Amino acid sequence: MESQRFEAHISLRNVKKTYNNRPVLDGINLTIGRGEFIAVVGKSGCGKSTLLRILAGLETSDEGSILINGNPLKGINQDARIMFQDGRLLPWKKVIDNVRIGLKGEWEQESFRALENVDLMDRADEWPGKLSGGQKQRVALARALVHKPEVLLFDEPLGALDALTRLEMQKLIENIWKEHKYTSVLVTHDVEEAVAISDRVILIENGRIALNQEISLPRPRLRTHPAFTEYVEDILNRILYLKSEKDMHLIVNKKKKRVF
Amino acid sequence: MMVNRSKNRPIDLLIPWAIPFLLLICWQLFASLGAIPQRILPAPLDVFRAAAELSKTGELSDHISISLGRAVTGFLIGGSIGFILGLFNGVSKISELLFDTSIQMLRTIPHLALIPLVILWFGIDETSKIFIVALGVLFPVYINTYHGIKSVDKGLIEMGKAYGLKGFSLFRTIIFPGALSSILVGFRFSLGVMWMTLIVAETISAHSGIGYMAMNAREFMQMDVIVLAIVLYALFGKLSDVIARLIEGKWLQWNS
Repeated sequence: MESQRFEAHISLRNVKKTYNNRPVLDGINLTIGRGEFIAVVGKSGCGKSTLLRILAGLETSDEGSILINGNPLKGINQDARIMFQDGRLLPWKKVIDNVRIGLKGEWEQESFRALENVDLMDRADEWPGKLSGGQKQRVALARALVHKPEVLLFDEPLGALDALTRLEMQKLIENIWKEHKYTSVLVTHDVEEAVAISDRVILIENGRIALNQEISLPRPRLRTHPAFTEYVEDILNRILYLKSEKDMHLIVNKKKKRVF
Repeated sequence: MMVNRSKNRPIDLLIPWAIPFLLLICWQLFASLGAIPQRILPAPLDVFRAAAELSKTGELSDHISISLGRAVTGFLIGGSIGFILGLFNGVSKISELLFDTSIQMLRTIPHLALIPLVILWFGIDETSKIFIVALGVLFPVYINTYHGIKSVDKGLIEMGKAYGLKGFSLFRTIIFPGALSSILVGFRFSLGVMWMTLIVAETISAHSGIGYMAMNAREFMQMDVIVLAIVLYALFGKLSDVIARLIEGKWLQWNS
């Protein structure tokens, strides 16, 4: 099932994680190609955020291995930058100083360029508290981009935004990815968002990968396209189907139609 | 916006002083009319006169500078110790385990209760006053520094680590600024404790300082000097509060 179009960048082998005797991740096997955009979906509490935090090195797995370019990951993943759902800007630093966090030496040119990338040059000297939710996330995106990371990790960064801002941000994230081809992992609860942005959608249920669906739609993707809606419906049905065994008979097991 | 406009009106700076000023006028008025007997409360003008006379001899400035010296020295010593302890216990688990319980136990003792003991240890000269002030200031600074550091948003610390900060750069960029508003609350609170402690210490045992001046005046029934001492304390208390506010305004700009 795994993509052959990309050379392997990140490999997870039998990754397991347990909290308070409850298995959150129960044997995850996944290879992510260099420059590939992966979306991870699943119900809340299914372990998708934990998976992302393990990739960032913010948490360690109890079992299994994580290989980055073939080397086992130890401690914080320095090649990766993570974007959090709540932005996590430092309220006591101006926008531009938030962007340059962690940069050493010459920072000015890089930071302003990153801010330009997210179209916020004019707010460089503002306190983060004065920005809207969408603008805050754009600053957080600039802060991640400024390091020119090999891997971008998104932990539901658009979850708290309103629908319109969300579409705008999806476009921005897609465009930046198209330009730089960072290996990207997006955790989201929005299946439509996953289908719109990613090359491959991973569904996690009960700590395991329940679905590994390549999205072979050309970009830019039209949400109104029948093939698009079919992908979304398929994945949603799969999530609902897994939700309750009793509901099994209610869901018509749709025959997958390949459009491309 | 409404908020901005009202902030800029000069009248808003005057309104808070209306009541103190009005009280002063009434006080003077009733005193002049004889409604308040001299030996109960001297008129404001008498207090001014006493201040002028005492400054002429240089006595007043001596007392003030001695009191200020004690306050500042005690504050610096106690504040530094409290701050450093708070810092270490906030950052280091071992330090917290080792010191926190002991400090919390000592904190529950009212420091003013130690005055008799301190007089026996150090006599009634400078050391005893500075010691008591330092002790009083130490705990509020400690508690607020410690809690400030403990309550820094864990998410921000995690973000810092994920973005390559560690050790001192993590402390300087995230932990200390995150704790700063709480640290400044401790600073402001301890300024109040500083004056209160000094007044009590000087009133009970001293042979110089504003408190001594008041106690000495009592022996001679110099009402005006006693009231002058009280006014001075009020002015210095207000002054230290203004300084604390200025620092807060400067360092916590982002919060306004």
